[in-house]
Amino acid sequence: MDIFIQQIINGLVLGSIYALVALGYTMVYGIMGLINFAHGEVVMIGAMVALTVIKLLANSGLPVFIIILLALAAAAVVCMAVGFSIERIAYRPLRHAPKLAPLITAIGVSIVLQNLSMLIWGRNYHAFPPILPTSAHDVFGATITTLQVAIVLIATLMMAGLIVLIHRTRLGRAMRATSENPSIAQLMGVNINQIISITFIIGSALAAVAGLMVSANYSIAHYYMGFMLGLKAFTAAVLGGIGNIAGAVLGGILLGLIESLGAGYIGDLTGGFLGSHYQDIFAFFVLIGVLIFRPSGLVGEKVSERA
Amino acid sequence: MSYSRIPSMTLAIAAAVAMIGCGQKEEPKPAPAPAPVAAPVPPPPPPKPEVTVQLGHVAPLTGPQAHLGKDNENGARMAIDELNAKGLEIGGAKIKFVLVPEDDQADPKQGTIVAQKLVDAKVSGVIGHLNSGTTIPASKIYFDAGIPQISGSATNPKYTQQGFATAFRVMANDVQQGKVLGGFATKQLAGKTVAIIDDRTAYGQGLADEFEKAVVASGGKVVTREFTTDKATDFAAILTKIKSKKPDVLFYGGMDAQGGPMTKQMKSLGLKAKFLTGDGGCTPEYIKLAGAASEGQFCSLPGVPLDQMPGGKAFGDAFNAKYGQIQLYAPYVYDAVMVMVDSMKRANSVESAKFLPEIGKSDYQGVTTKIQFDDKGDLKGGAISLYQVKDGKWEYRETIGGSVVAEVKEAVKEAATAVKDAAVATGDAAKDAMKDAAKEGSKVAAEVSKDAAAAKAAVEKK
Repeated sequence: MDIFIQQIINGLVLGSIYALVALGYTMVYGIMGLINFAHGEVVMIGAMVALTVIKLLANSGLPVFIIILLALAAAAVVCMAVGFSIERIAYRPLRHAPKLAPLITAIGVSIVLQNLSMLIWGRNYHAFPPILPTSAHDVFGATITTLQVAIVLIATLMMAGLIVLIHRTRLGRAMRATSENPSIAQLMGVNINQIISITFIIGSALAAVAGLMVSANYSIAHYYMGFMLGLKAFTAAVLGGIGNIAGAVLGGILLGLIESLGAGYIGDLTGGFLGSHYQDIFAFFVLIGVLIFRPSGLVGEKVSERA
Repeated sequence: MSYSRIPSMTLAIAAAVAMIGCGQKEEPKPAPAPAPVAAPVPPPPPPKPEVTVQLGHVAPLTGPQAHLGKDNENGARMAIDELNAKGLEIGGAKIKFVLVPEDDQADPKQGTIVAQKLVDAKVSGVIGHLNSGTTIPASKIYFDAGIPQISGSATNPKYTQQGFATAFRVMANDVQQGKVLGGFATKQLAGKTVAIIDDRTAYGQGLADEFEKAVVASGGKVVTREFTTDKATDFAAILTKIKSKKPDVLFYGGMDAQGGPMTKQMKSLGLKAKFLTGDGGCTPEYIKLAGAASEGQFCSLPGVPLDQMPGGKAFGDAFNAKYGQIQLYAPYVYDAVMVMVDSMKRANSVESAKFLPEIGKSDYQGVTTKIQFDDKGDLKGGAISLYQVKDGKWEYRETIGGSVVAEVKEAVKEAATAVKDAAVATGDAAKDAMKDAAKEGSKVAAEVSKDAAAAKAAVEKK
């Protein structure tokens, strides 16, 4: 039984990490209808910057909490700048181009960012300095670390914050208007260039948080880490219904649970016929199933009129 | 290569002719040396034709294993720089080696693409690739083109079992390593139950298969076999499953980038098994990534520790000064280049077809081991060493099999000859002593007879 609870916890933590990254994808998609494939790399840059700051301050004698906050602030500022530039350079000139064009530039930007960060931070893996408390809490025989609790909480809080921002604030109304119909929104006095820039900046700040959390949890940062993470988070966003904030979190956690329980039990359930190497296939199988029966994702709205 | 040599040679000759034609005007001045002495200028020696030899090198320079790929490339680069600084002459021509580095991204598809690229560039030989998964498909392309290939790190047995005369490796293969690891897990670590994870690459899966065979053969029980990928970072699910089987030893077939975080997650999940991994995890990077959880864990590496090899320490120091800490395979790749060039020297040719047969006959003392190949192209008597993390560092534990045994055997042989010599010497000494004694005896006898004669004479006088 403790093993089952542990697998649920594993899935929840992994899912929350996917959710943290998926929020950035879904937000940009929700406003612009664009899949920002470079988002995974922004997460990676957030992790790298945070790690650099933490390494610099690790022996400064400052309290751990302050160091983490400073690292987060630095990562957020850098990521916002990167996010703003990506939109300005790679997406804005192509806003009226066919849908495929910005998708291609997104992949291009992703490769450029990867190689850029390889030049800056090198090819080696960076280990996270052991400054965070690693104490594990016991839950019915299973263990969960403080950091993992924080990851689950932060994913939930960020989701709630974004929902409030989009549905309760003036800025959110402008975002929704831009999403609905950019030309009409512009006629109504919404500065859509500004709104889209702000969307990217917020999305990138979320990426910085995600980057810090991911690298702290696995105590690893590498210029290549954004690729796989981005792919999985994108899957999570689609699973939940891309463009929908709550859907991203739901999709992320669901994907995490499927992977965790799949890897943990599929071998025993099939008598060794299928093993944990089918973990990803299992997750994508569920994704295909969801897309066949609910093309807009689990909680997504119909997107057909956007075409 | 044979094509690219002709223009460069023609060029060199043309240049020489041009120089002669221009007389003294164009005399090359190597350095603006202040020569106040009005010594007669010796005529410039006729310039030797210079031949450029391209050696291909392939390793992942991007992607999750880029740090190991760059390490390999630096090993090759160091060998090439040293060779060029020494200024080799082969077949009467000065040889300049040029490294052609390629990136295969640890991806088998990419591996064959860059292999074809190197063949098209007409390289003389190829050093690499790093991963078994890329080396095996690429080896067919080199074989078809007749280009010799020496890998410093591809350990999957299949690589040399395909019957390709062009395929060599300077590292013990996974059959040897898996056997040693399996025996070590069941005997030295007293593991009755063993769990295995591999990363589904040709290397990780191959090593894990050999390990599993060896564990079963030596009476251990494999309780579960789990899988991950060479790009994963989260292992909580499979580790939790393994925890429920309570193994004594957990073996991972894969690289350091997964092994490190895996060890860490293993500890935080409260999995108490001993962690054991192969050469892919035997790096400083592993310790960095696993943190405190790495303490007391084990790994194996073909060969013996660098500081125990003749010239190993000097190599390590020189490498550190130039490129920073050795990650893993740099010394092996360095040796691979040296073995290839050594064969060129013996063949007195830089043409692939001519020096290829010489590679198989190599008998070269490298920094990692004494390099001789068997008929398949595998390293003869490859030793496997085991290491354990102590105080945040890989510490050497023991070496099993391989050339160390051979060395010991040789030492025993030598001792035997010494004993024999000693015996012979003792015999001689005894003989000499007897001779002396005999001489002494005869002398005494002569004296006695003399005395007797004197006595007789005295008696007769009376």
